[in-house]
Amino acid sequence: MDGRRLDELRPLKLEVGVLDKADGSAYIEHGRNKILAAVFGPREAHPKHIALADRAVVRCRYHMAPFSTDERKSPAPSRREQELSKVIRESLEPSIMSEYYPRSTIDLFIEVLQADAGTRCAGITSASLALADAGIPLRELVAGCAAGKIDGRVVLDLSDIEDKKGDADLPIAYMPKSNAIGLLQMDGSLTEDELKQALDMGVGACRTIYEMQKDALRRKYHVEHDEAEKEEIAEVKA
Amino acid sequence: MSATHQPSPLAKLEQKTIYEIIVKGKRIDDRGPSDYRQLTLTLGTVEKANGSAQVYLGKTKVLAGVKVQTGTPFPDTPNEGILTVNAEFVPLAYPTFETGPPDENSIELARVVDRGIRESKAIDLQKLCIDPGKKVFVVFVDVYILDHDGNLIDAAGMAALGALVNAKMQEWELKGGEVRYKDSKIPLPMLNYPVPITTVKVGNSLIVDPCLEEEQVMSCRLTVTTGKDDDVCAMQKGGLGTFTPEEIKQIVSSSIQKSRDLRTKIGSKVN
Repeated sequence: MDGRRLDELRPLKLEVGVLDKADGSAYIEHGRNKILAAVFGPREAHPKHIALADRAVVRCRYHMAPFSTDERKSPAPSRREQELSKVIRESLEPSIMSEYYPRSTIDLFIEVLQADAGTRCAGITSASLALADAGIPLRELVAGCAAGKIDGRVVLDLSDIEDKKGDADLPIAYMPKSNAIGLLQMDGSLTEDELKQALDMGVGACRTIYEMQKDALRRKYHVEHDEAEKEEIAEVKA
Repeated sequence: MSATHQPSPLAKLEQKTIYEIIVKGKRIDDRGPSDYRQLTLTLGTVEKANGSAQVYLGKTKVLAGVKVQTGTPFPDTPNEGILTVNAEFVPLAYPTFETGPPDENSIELARVVDRGIRESKAIDLQKLCIDPGKKVFVVFVDVYILDHDGNLIDAAGMAALGALVNAKMQEWELKGGEVRYKDSKIPLPMLNYPVPITTVKVGNSLIVDPCLEEEQVMSCRLTVTTGKDDDVCAMQKGGLGTFTPEEIKQIVSSSIQKSRDLRTKIGSKVN
């Protein structure tokens, strides 16, 4: 609809470590989605009674800014946001080695500044980078992307206008190395074959996004060697 | 904010035993991996509701009631009636269900049931428009969990469907901008019959319709809701584990089959 191929992603921009006070943070632009994610922790559980003896408690809040949508959204958490907070947490928790931090919490905040369909998936992509930026041991990065159906055809990564006209939406979060799907939702109408096709398409896109995530981390944590150091390294190698 | 749940109340040893039984391809209640529990559907148990249905799924008991009232339509759908689904995890159903505003579990359940009904276009909402942009019928579906022995989503979905099928509303006409009710009653304009099927993963085993103990040892679950043409209309993964794409495809295929069986069963009850 916007000139993309059926299986083409919208343009993505990922940036790691964008906030000063958070332990880890990341910013994503996915199409016209603009989303910030921040991680605090591992830190002492508060209130204490929520602590678990053998692992960290992971807490997650997905929230949309009042100005992020066409009509103003009330800042109070909606039922949709509460559900998404839960499914996003359940998609990221499998990647976190929370057993290393008993009696503590890892708090994850996702703020949607501008929404353009696929916010939960873009939120997961950025939140996973924020977790890595916070130095929390992860089994793997988690990438998110949705597939769907519009005009009877299975397509990747619906934008807002497409989503409203679309016949189905299938958000996925995926960890490529362990071949593991941590988030899967669907609404609309798909036949069994269409669903399988959309699933494969979404999983493929998650693999692409996963590579972009790794690049974003490298950009942030790539160590710049000055000329003297480079010579030194060259000498050692020689 | 959504937080990691407190650990299962089952003793570790008990969990291990249940886990090992399932991984061997058996169930603690002697069912096979793809066997559904005994389903009993009773329609019209609450006379004051427009429609009601009680579902017994093994020892899980769920009651759903439908109320039809008038209201103003949403600005983006001026020609359509409104569907709202709400779920109450009533404190008498389970020791840790508490009073107060709905928690994330009941919100998730209500929204999954809602998506199944909405996305399958089970109700012809355009027929529930009275005066475009001004007045429409609002269909409230309230799901009451009465006894929790696992697989609440499926039980709630089928109770909601039963209550909608059972619902009767007063016949009406619009005269001079006013709604006039007639004496006769008509059923809700139903177009589809969505049935949710939940499968959970324990170890690498997939089992359908988990009982409570099985849910307490599962790594994750997947609910697939299918309509009458075998079209999938809603899905929801839950829990802290993960599925492989192959497992998901397998679950979708088996859920479509299972949903067909149960729809026939519910259909025979209704007609």
